Order: sequence, then C-alpha cells, then structure tokens
Amino acid sequence: MNRRDFLKGAIVVIAGASVPLSALEFFDPREVLAVNPGIHWAFLVDTYKCVGCGFCVKACKIENDVPLEAQVTRTWVERYVYASDGHQYVDSPDGALQGFPEPRIDMGLGEFKEIEPGNVGKAFFVPKLCNHCDTPPCTQVCPVGATYKNDEGVVLVDRSWCIGCGYCIMACPYGARYFHPVYKVADKCTLCYHRITKGLQPACVEACPFGARQICNIRDSNDPVTRIIMKERVGVLKEEFGTRPQAFYIGLTAEVR
Amino acid sequence: MVEQLAQHAMVVHGQAWTTKELFVLPNEYIYWSIQIVMYPFMTGLVAGAFVLSSLYHVFGVQRLREIARFSLVFSFALLPVAMMPLLLHLQQPLRGINVLMTPHFTSAISAFGIVFLTYGSIVASELWFVYRRHFVLTVRELAAQKERRGFAGFRLVFFKILTLGAMDISHAALEKDRQACKIMAAIGIPVACFLHGYAGFIFGSVKANALWMTPLMPVIFICSAIVSGIALCILCYVVIQEIRKFLTRRQMSRRAGDAGAPSLEELSGATQQEVMMVSNYLLYFMIAAITLEILDLIFRGYTQVKSWDILRQVIMERDFTKIFILQYGIGNLLPFVMMILPGRTVRRTTIASCLVLFGVFMMRWNVVIGGQAFSLSFAGFMDYHLPIIPHNIETFKEGLFGALLVIITPFVLFYFINKIMPAFLKEEAH
Repeated sequence: MNRRDFLKGAIVVIAGASVPLSALEFFDPREVLAVNPGIHWAFLVDTYKCVGCGFCVKACKIENDVPLEAQVTRTWVERYVYASDGHQYVDSPDGALQGFPEPRIDMGLGEFKEIEPGNVGKAFFVPKLCNHCDTPPCTQVCPVGATYKNDEGVVLVDRSWCIGCGYCIMACPYGARYFHPVYKVADKCTLCYHRITKGLQPACVEACPFGARQICNIRDSNDPVTRIIMKERVGVLKEEFGTRPQAFYIGLTAEVR
Repeated sequence: MVEQLAQHAMVVHGQAWTTKELFVLPNEYIYWSIQIVMYPFMTGLVAGAFVLSSLYHVFGVQRLREIARFSLVFSFALLPVAMMPLLLHLQQPLRGINVLMTPHFTSAISAFGIVFLTYGSIVASELWFVYRRHFVLTVRELAAQKERRGFAGFRLVFFKILTLGAMDISHAALEKDRQACKIMAAIGIPVACFLHGYAGFIFGSVKANALWMTPLMPVIFICSAIVSGIALCILCYVVIQEIRKFLTRRQMSRRAGDAGAPSLEELSGATQQEVMMVSNYLLYFMIAAITLEILDLIFRGYTQVKSWDILRQVIMERDFTKIFILQYGIGNLLPFVMMILPGRTVRRTTIASCLVLFGVFMMRWNVVIGGQAFSLSFAGFMDYHLPIIPHNIETFKEGLFGALLVIITPFVLFYFINKIMPAFLKEEAH
C-alpha cells in the first residue's frame, strides 16, 4: 500500500465512523436512558420529631440485606446531650439499631458516662444517612466508575464492578459508606431505590412512627415535602466541603457534624 | 441467604484491628491499614532508586557509575512490588484489572495503570539499552559452545529473545544505545516523580480527611520518596559490596580466577567513593523533605482551622511518640547529624541510611494511619492494632506477615533479575 492509498483509506474510515458517532451528539445517551428526567430525589429530616427509637435503622437493615449483627449500617441515629456544666456528649450505640435503651452515654472502649437528669441542658436525636450529594466526592474518586450518581440524583454502587479499594469510603465526609460484610464491596444508602422507583417509600421513612424522615422530588414544587424545603429554614450537614448535600435537616445546631 | 452467609462474615472489614474511643461514627474503621502504608513506601523506593540511577545517565555524574546501574536494576525489581500492596488490600483482588480496563479518569487511582505501565516500559527499555551488549555477548558465548546441556540451550534461546535480534555491538551502535539510554532516563525522571507524586495526590486530594488534605502532599511524597530510594540503594549497595569482598577474600567467587575480577582494594575504593557521593544527595533531599513536612505542620498549627483542635490532639498527644520521637527524632534528626558530622565513614552512612528508611516508613505510617486516627465527627478517636498472628486471610493480608511478604519480594526478584542483568557487570564506561 502506498501513501496515497493509505490516506484515501483513512479518509473513508474516518468519514464512515463519524456518521454513527455523530448520532451520539444528537441523542445524548444519558438523556435518552433517563427513566424520569423530571425527578430529582431529596430527603428531609425533622430532628424535632425524632425520638431515637431506631426503627428506621432496623427497617433499613432488614430491607437492604445488611446483617443486623454487623457493626455497620446505612442509616443511624446520633444522640446529643449537653450537660449544664458545658460538656457535650454524643453517642450512637450500634448505630441505634435497638434505639437508646440506656440513658448513660457510650464513651467507647466499654466505658459509659452517667449524666444526672438534672444536669442535662438540652438533648436531641439526629438521624443520618447518605446525603446523595449533588457533587459527590465518593463517585469522583472511584477508580473504576463503579459508583455513580444517576439521573434521578441517587448515588448508587455497582456491586458487580466495585473492586473494594475503599477510596470512596475515605472520600465521604459523612461516614455513610462501609464494606458490606457479605458482598465485600462498598455499600451505602440507596434511598431504597428499588422501592422509590415503584412508587413506594424508603424503608426508613415507612418505619418512622413520627414522620421525622421524608422523601421528595425536589423538582416537583407541588410536593408537600419539597415545599417545606423551599419555604422553611432548613440546613445541610458539613456544607463547607462543597458537596451540596440533598438531605435537608430541620433543627440543626452548629455542634451537629 | 444473607443470614446464612452472615454467620461467617459477621466481622466487618476493619473491625479486627480498630478500637474506637469517644464518639466515632458507626461506619468508621481504619479501612486503609498496613498495606496502604506499604504502597507509598514501596512506590517511593521505586521512584527514588530510579532518580538515583538517572543522576548518572542524564547528568553524567561519573562517580555514580556502579551504583547507578545497580539502582536501575533494583528499581526494576521493586516495580512489580509497588502493585502488590494494592492487590493485597483490595476486597475484590480479582477485579483489580478493572482499573486498567475501565479507568474512571476523575479518580487519582485510575492514573495508576497508565503511569505505572509507562514507567515500567521506560525502565525496561532503559535496562535493555544498558544490557544489550551483555545480551549479545552472552548469546555469542553460548552459541560458540560445542556441547550445550539442557539449561544452556534454554539460556541461549532466552538471551536470543532478549536481544530482540539487534546483534550489532559495534562502537557506533553502542554509542546509539548510550544516547537512547540518556533519553529514556531523562523522560523517566518526570514520570518517576509523577508516579509518586500522584500517590501523594491520592491522599492529598481527600477533602474529607483533615490531616491528608494539603497541596503539599504530592511534593512531600516525592521528596521523601527520593530520600528513601537513595537510602535503600546505599544500604543494598554496601551490603552487596561486603558480600563481594567476602567472596573475593575467600577466593569463593566464580570469577575470582578471572583476570578481570575486581580486587579487594578496588571494591573498597569503589564503595567508599560512591557511597560518599550518594550520601550527599541523600542529605540534600532530606533537607527538602523535612522542610516541607515541618512547614505543613507549622502552617496547620498557625492557621488553626476547625480541624486543628482534633489534629493537635492526635499529633501532639496521641501520636507524639510515633511522629516526634520515631519519625523526626530517630528517623530524620539522628541520621542527619550522623551524616553531617566530620569524618563520615561508610559504616556510619549505612547505619544512617537504615534509620532514614525507618523514618520514611514511619512518615508513611503517620500519614496513612494517623489520618484515620480521628473520627469524621471530630469528637472521637480510632486506634490501629496491627494484626500479628493471622487467624484468617484478612488478618494475614493486612497484617504483619502481609507487610513482610511485600518487603521480601523485591529482594527475591532482584536475585533472579540479577542472573539475567548482572548489576555489577564489569564493563567499559558509558
């Protein structure tokens, strides 16, 4: 083959290939494949309503195949106790799987702290879960693209592709990720994606007896939960990381991190 | 099904070696353990050894001729080992290849495959140019033998393949090799720095981790990598020279009878000269590395951002011994003083090199483990307990024996590579 033939052949190949490739320009596959482009899920937690019963934690573990005994969880509840003497105590025994059966504070290493009821200044519970951030650091660092934010705003993990390097676990500022003890891959809250796509509520929302946890489509301004996020004063966790969390909280204080 | 499997797998990853104190989030464990300490340590040695060899090939520092060839071969032996800790650490090691197959380019780790393979091919091709003459001579020597027993026949075929058919060893051809070598070494320096700088970037870019997140991290990693690489090369070079001296003294060397075999005086002279030269470079890079590390520490203490409260407790109280005594004291200050005191000897430099290696290892430890010693809640601490006696595959892989396996492997590899490409080949200068 001489140079002229080679160039001719190359031009034909490039011209031929550019036709099907240009189709990708006209139809962005992500747009075409998005099931419901009008949906962007968000979560709302009302900390005033939470009593720390732990039903959400249990329901989540049962619904999502996370062994109850495993010391990891997709959602958990934290207890904040401010003593009158200025000390601040936080704990979350077993992620509050059994709620908070004891009034004393779990200090780790098998130690507990009794606080006199008269000494309690204020105390409250804060449920936590994956914030399904709009700019998630966890999906950014995945070396194989096994974790991703889908078009409906839910951050998911592909269990068949995760290599288990733990980089996403390190990158999450909220501690929402862990290694699943059975599947040996990174695992996290999916907002019960298998349920919400069928019109059901996530397991934790369903299980909460006080309506402290709610889910909404933030693109739908008629959604009553969306209206709360739009019209009330809500906060997000650790906004200084620039992750733009999509889990909103009513009744946050500066100490909640 | 999950319930049945769960009976066997109740201990989640990290639980075996993590203890939690005060308020630590339920999912937090020391997920990155000893193997992730080994990973930057080993890549650092690779990069450092290569940079040392380049000092001769690129900048023509003639006095480093022998140690340069040695460190190039040793760098090649270390290369596969840089990957080993990562594989031992992965929860799904069989999927490790996915990093090469479907790299996700927003991740620092995805560059690993590309940088690692580029670097590997640069080192391999540089070695080929350095040793081509040796390959050709070996082929000729073997081909000239009338009777070849089984192994010699295999060697002939093997070395024939290694020459890649380039049998010309005329002066002009060798001169071209030398030029190519220089170019490869020159390209290799930035790639070696990138290989290690990006290991620093992996940590430095984790914004969730208050201790890791600093743009200085890649630079600190590169400097300490070169320090550790040079220190390891000094140590290995001196040890191997001692073995050679011992063999020469006992007339045990196979080549002892040869006219070309080096005499005892030649060996001692070479060691003295090269080690002194290299230890100067070690000092320069140590100054750079320590300056940057201290700068980082002072900056954190001075600016006192939100995370400083917990970092101060980790750095100044909980990890004080590991950071200030083991890393800075025994690992940096002591060897530094040993090397700048007048009347420096090979023995003293060798001991200092051992301490420097220890110091760099402690630096990796304090970055990787120290970075996970505090909770994301800034209200609790985690302690790492290195598993010593393995009771399952996980505590083996991510325990003392897994780390030892990683440390031993390059020496085993070096033994075999040295059979093919002798690091101490007596050759005309180039």
